[in-house]
Amino acid sequence: MSGHDHHHDHDHSELSETQLRVRALETVLTEKGYVDPAALDLLIETYEKKVGPRNGARVVAKAWADPAYRARLFKDATPAITELGFAGRQGEHIVALENTAKRHNMVVCTLCSCYPWPVLGLPPVWYKSAPYRSRAVADPRGVLADFGVSLPKDTDIRVWDSTAEIRYLVIPMRPAGTETWSEEKLAELVTRDSMIGTGLAKNPK
Amino acid sequence: MNGAQDMGGVHGFGPVEAEPDEPVFHADWERRAFALTLAMGMPGGWNIDMSRYARENRDPAEYLSMSYYQIWFAALETMLKERALVAEDEIAAGHALHERKPVTRVLSTDDVLKVLHRGGPTERATNTKPAFKVGDRVRAKTIHPLTHTRLPRYVRGHAGVIERAIGCHVFPDSNAQGAGENPQWLYTVRFAGRELWGADSDPSVQVSVDAWEPYLEPI
Repeated sequence: MSGHDHHHDHDHSELSETQLRVRALETVLTEKGYVDPAALDLLIETYEKKVGPRNGARVVAKAWADPAYRARLFKDATPAITELGFAGRQGEHIVALENTAKRHNMVVCTLCSCYPWPVLGLPPVWYKSAPYRSRAVADPRGVLADFGVSLPKDTDIRVWDSTAEIRYLVIPMRPAGTETWSEEKLAELVTRDSMIGTGLAKNPK
Repeated sequence: MNGAQDMGGVHGFGPVEAEPDEPVFHADWERRAFALTLAMGMPGGWNIDMSRYARENRDPAEYLSMSYYQIWFAALETMLKERALVAEDEIAAGHALHERKPVTRVLSTDDVLKVLHRGGPTERATNTKPAFKVGDRVRAKTIHPLTHTRLPRYVRGHAGVIERAIGCHVFPDSNAQGAGENPQWLYTVRFAGRELWGADSDPSVQVSVDAWEPYLEPI
């Protein structure tokens, strides 16, 4: 490589082609009045700061602590989740899946990146990646091993490929020794991955 | 279409690598590309199935070499250009050069939370009766449409069981082509891992897809 590439003025940020193109398109769309930049900021703020897996953790903790809620959640998850204020885009039709000692559920979207946004936020890169989308349906135990999770051989593994607009939320098993815990404390044990089925809830310290 | 997006069962991609403490976005342009895509849905007038088709409808080598938001952004460009809302010379110039085409509505800050909260439910009323009931054995049809479909290749031709009747939902194969919602009965269909992956595969595995009635035939 010649020294040419090092002669850029470092006061300028080196923008990638994609970065420049996105900026250019936003300018064009704004000038034409097709987008309101303040609405874009609000969309970003919503999914970067407000909507995320802590929402789902509240649902799981309530399902662990409140038997009537648990029954409503497994009967029809969408209204039960709306009760806690979580609803809408990419969560219009939610189904809750119960993990037990006998059955472990795991969720994937082999065709794109379908994911229950209102309860988990936007999906992580690995969920959208080729390694996960290709192997989750064919070798789920291998994928679980990538996450450091090993389940007994006689546990049934049930993989849900989100090919329609139904979104799946895994309700992980409640850790032992938490019988007296409050919902708030229980929610701290609920990880994002445990609600996708690539992880388990944390054990109490 | 049998594109690179249909990844179930493909070999060679390596292990799943999770990033610790992953941020929601990895660069500012990802934030903007994400928000532009969501915001343009309203004035652009396309539906989610058209968006998915615009993302997957590309050379597999290109699809596999692009990052997730690069694919989103490329699809946004495609859909804008198809509708003559933006032209390539405008993106190159970074400014509007052509007359503004009228649109029905633009997403305002007042709309954002309402629109997100409402979402886009896909269940529709129908007078038709479902052809299958829970417990019925069905086979996923062997089909290879050139257009958008949500029946992954790895289940085509395989036998499964109706686990759940979900209701009547917008049919993506029609909706993606602008041929109307054409709602169809939707089912969760469960397959034994060994039916899909052969006698040597893990006997403890079962896999389901959500499949519309036109994807299925009775056994």
